[in-house]
Amino acid sequence: MSVAGASAERPLLAVRNLTKLFGTFAACNGIDLDIQPGEIHALLGENGAGKSTLVKMLFGVLAPTSGQISWRGEAVSIASPSAARKLGIGMVFQHFSLFEALTVAENIALSLDGTIPLARVAERAAELSRAYGLPLDPKAHVADLSVGERQRIEIVRALLQNPQLIILDEPTSVLTPQEADRLFETLFKLRAEGRSVLYISHRLEEVQRICDRATVLRHGKVTGACDPKKETAASLARMMVGADVPHVSAAGTSTKGDVLLEARHLDMPARTPFAVSLKDVSLKVHAGEVLAIAGVAGNGQSELFDALSGEYTVADQNAVLIRQRPVGQQGITARRLLGAGFVPEERHGHAAVTGMSLSDNLVLARNQSDRKAFLGGGVLGIIKYVAVRLASRRISEAMDVRKSGDDPTAGSLSGGNLQKYIVGRELDRQPAVLIVNQPTWGVDAGAASRIRQALVDLAKSGSAVLVISQDLDEIFEVATEVAVISEGRLSDIYPASALSREKIGLLMGGLQGQPEALTEAAHAH
Amino acid sequence: MGIIEAILLTVVTAATPLVLAAIGELVTERAGVLNLGVEGMMIMGAVLAFVATQATGSPYVGILAGIGGGALFSLLFGFLTLTLVANQVATGLALTILGLGISGQIGEAYVGMSGTKLPPIAIPGLSEIPYLGPLLFKQDLIFYISIALVIGVNWFLFKTRAGLKIRAIGDNHGSAHALGIGVIRTRYLAVLFGGACAGLAGAQLSLVYTPQWVENMSAGRGWIALALVVFASWRPWRVLAGGYLFGAVSISQLHAQALGLGIPSQFLSALPYVATVVVLVLISHNRRMTLINTPASLGKPFVPDR
Amino acid sequence: MRIELEKRPQASVFYAVLSPFIALVLTVIAGGIMFWLLGKDPVSALYSFFVEPLLDVWSLHEIAIKAAPLILIGVGLSICYRSNNWNIGAEGQFIMGAIAGSIVPVVFHEWHSPLVLPLMLIFGMIGGALYAAIPAFLKANLNTNEILSSLMLVYVAQFFLDWIVRGPWRSPEGYNFPVTRNFAPEAILPEILDSGRTNLGFVFAIVAAVLIWFMMRYTLKGFEITVLGQSERAGRFAGFSSRRMIWFSMLLSGALAGLAGISEVSGNINKLQPIISPGYGFTAIIVAFLGRLNPLGIIAAGLFLALTYVGGEAVQLTLTVSDKVTRVFQGLLLFFVLSCDTLILYKIRLVFPGRTAAVAQDGLQGGAE
Repeated sequence: MSVAGASAERPLLAVRNLTKLFGTFAACNGIDLDIQPGEIHALLGENGAGKSTLVKMLFGVLAPTSGQISWRGEAVSIASPSAARKLGIGMVFQHFSLFEALTVAENIALSLDGTIPLARVAERAAELSRAYGLPLDPKAHVADLSVGERQRIEIVRALLQNPQLIILDEPTSVLTPQEADRLFETLFKLRAEGRSVLYISHRLEEVQRICDRATVLRHGKVTGACDPKKETAASLARMMVGADVPHVSAAGTSTKGDVLLEARHLDMPARTPFAVSLKDVSLKVHAGEVLAIAGVAGNGQSELFDALSGEYTVADQNAVLIRQRPVGQQGITARRLLGAGFVPEERHGHAAVTGMSLSDNLVLARNQSDRKAFLGGGVLGIIKYVAVRLASRRISEAMDVRKSGDDPTAGSLSGGNLQKYIVGRELDRQPAVLIVNQPTWGVDAGAASRIRQALVDLAKSGSAVLVISQDLDEIFEVATEVAVISEGRLSDIYPASALSREKIGLLMGGLQGQPEALTEAAHAH
Repeated sequence: MGIIEAILLTVVTAATPLVLAAIGELVTERAGVLNLGVEGMMIMGAVLAFVATQATGSPYVGILAGIGGGALFSLLFGFLTLTLVANQVATGLALTILGLGISGQIGEAYVGMSGTKLPPIAIPGLSEIPYLGPLLFKQDLIFYISIALVIGVNWFLFKTRAGLKIRAIGDNHGSAHALGIGVIRTRYLAVLFGGACAGLAGAQLSLVYTPQWVENMSAGRGWIALALVVFASWRPWRVLAGGYLFGAVSISQLHAQALGLGIPSQFLSALPYVATVVVLVLISHNRRMTLINTPASLGKPFVPDR
Repeated sequence: MRIELEKRPQASVFYAVLSPFIALVLTVIAGGIMFWLLGKDPVSALYSFFVEPLLDVWSLHEIAIKAAPLILIGVGLSICYRSNNWNIGAEGQFIMGAIAGSIVPVVFHEWHSPLVLPLMLIFGMIGGALYAAIPAFLKANLNTNEILSSLMLVYVAQFFLDWIVRGPWRSPEGYNFPVTRNFAPEAILPEILDSGRTNLGFVFAIVAAVLIWFMMRYTLKGFEITVLGQSERAGRFAGFSSRRMIWFSMLLSGALAGLAGISEVSGNINKLQPIISPGYGFTAIIVAFLGRLNPLGIIAAGLFLALTYVGGEAVQLTLTVSDKVTRVFQGLLLFFVLSCDTLILYKIRLVFPGRTAAVAQDGLQGGAE
């Protein structure tokens, strides 16, 4: 592997005028991009800017509509991922392309061509994982591994191809700050060997820290190419978003009201072999507070949401209290009738039925809480579609939901607009308690800031808001209090002002039991 | 040959079509495709095997016709569910309804004709072993194929790269596609294999089990084979064990009828179907185990984004 | 050449209406080819299969009689399929409904009262519902696949019917034939028209279809069914229980299949015998899909499938082809319906290699290794 010197002035990868159309929509529109040997190159952009589409074309998953890709100065057509791998391109996906039912070694073997015998794969993988500081057990089943370990498989899998260019798609979105630091060290090691890294992110701080150059995308077009270390966070953000995003003005009412949402020693066994069990979770949210629950994905967030929403009930009636009434054994409808509202993480097929209209999706969440307004005909339960449509229009206007037509299907809306509708559907009822899981996951910056402001405003008006989020920026924007969930256990609750990112990172790693690491934060409590 | 041996021989004959159809469906389902049309493919195999044997006089040509018929018929299922992404459950039902109809039409002229039985092949030496010899080594070709298929599928799925790809597709077709594995092409092959095995199972019915053509002669065996795959938790060796268990149940009810125990014959005839339900309940009541064993993308539609 | 699908942003209303008709046309074309292969003149064969039965009052009544069970079972199945409960054992529920409904006229044949008929119908519905309760219980409580359990129970029901008409219920006046005694006049569903044999069963079918259409179109229950069928998780979020839905849909469809069974026995056959259905329970699956799981569509689809039964009998007589062609027609029809439904959600494109953009060659299927 001594490529660094051979082609220093010639870019390793050059992209010219690359375009991808989905129907008439241009996901990528005339993209130019150069990657030099031995550099860490950032690809910056919001959700939906076209980053994923671009790298899928580079890796042969999608076929470009037009444009040219050159590899070491020669025009190439990358027809498939295996063609990309043969050229020397490796890829680490954001949503891992791993197989839960298979072992680590089998997962790795699948991405190699047939020349290495299956038995040798495990050996090679073990060597590589040692060399790059990525410990892995080849015989373990993926289903049993943490998110960080799964990412290691992806990286080792890419490295086994001995690639000259490694593409990483939002690699740190699932890592604790400490795990991210370890990843950066691996990347520096790769750069030192003369390999190139294309690093996709929307996290400015990270990009400024580790990347040598950056290309910024917006609405499928390149809006800037720069050295991120010479830019400010604000100037990078402007390139990314196009305009200044309104700042969320924080909640911070000093007067605490009554406790509106409470969990007391909440236990819930894992429902499926791949789920996390909740262990002794206790929390209180007062009126006027926004409690944010931080944590790395897959540590019990969705299980906590299920238990608090009543989609899955628990045996102990007193384990969950809404407005001081015990509801542990009561379902979601009873909890809604007590004034609680819920926004699940998954928009498609959980918070909304993709194939149904927006007004149908309004009935979905409010068929009992607004029984008087939306249903008629007594026991027949005839849906009053006129009233439902009016309410649906009201919600769309209040949250500025952009849609085609008056009442389109939920699936035809963009992620951000659908999420605004789903949050607006609950806000429209003025809920006393609102529980939200990942409120701005995959949502554009404008919609995200609007949703966060709405959450803050709701708390200000005297409701209790619980936000489960993996996004530390979001947490510091909206939260008055913060707790961290790790392996189904919840930390103590700290005032948001008393916690730094590093301390949250330690808590994410499950350091709850080691008080010395946290004394400082606890004192501030 | 004693009575016990005779009974065991009939168990083998009754179990072989179940094992064959189930091992084929197992591969199909491991690739994430639920083909409920086993009954239809089986009956097509049965009628084509019988017709081809009558036409040529050779049951071996009949076997080939059965395999080919089942495979071709499964292609129809593949086209609808893989290319046109039609609902797999409904398409499987359609395959069964169509298969029963077409086979009745083709076989009309052959009803009541006496067929040619596939001759047993004695393996020199081994067939002389007392008891076991005649049972395992003096059987017809289809029996040997059924055993070889179980061994072969087990090796293929767990020891080869192609088998690994099939398991990967069944676990997560999206990831498999992202890795560049040809999901649709591999699934077509898995469906074809399932069809060929079901066709061979049908050939066994009309060439070995009862060497003649009777309308609807598969009599629900395709459905029992589907249940067997669940029973076997998608593992080849358990298909073999389950197939012989069911073979034993259906044979024992025949012998019970012959003995005249005073139980109405209809109740005894219903026994294999009741047994299927009971076994299904025993296997699947543990939701957790079912979740672990079932291929995660089973029955889900797949459209590559291009 | 290769076929590629592109998902439509919204389901196409145009094709939702048109697809059953495209399927019908394709079935007729395929049927013509089949008759030609059988050595018959396709045009006259198709004429006597599909048109002649419509020109004759007697056969119109036959169509109505055969459509009644198909529609009754079909609307029940549509509720099951819309809510993702794959009851394919309607044939067994039909039989058990017929047996349960026959308890009164067979066992208590000396009791004469205007209550006999209503009791028979109620017993029929209960019988069908109870038989459907077995797979419902197994699915809701023991996680057992309802497709296989409901289907297996069809065979069990057929053996049970065979036993009961040969054994305990065999008619003493039946010359040892395996039939029950003939039903008394007050146990027979009355005919509704002077012109022919169509009986009250047809009215039941239409009423059931309209009621269920109303439920699906306007009520929260209908909404619940649709939501749970499209996404169990979203249904749970809405406060609906997929477990209760298993019971609701299975019991409802079982009761309707049972009603179809007793109506058929009471109105058409007038006694029990070993075979009481030419596969209505399975044909109704086709009816449900051809009617696009919409009760009003199912009325039309039921009438059409009834026509294939009557047409099949007609060509058997006039052209001396086997009545098996009916089965083939029905199977082909379901195939074409399912294929055409793809058009509702997807645009279908034929791609010819070599004419696509240079970069995109090969590997469009995901590449080869």
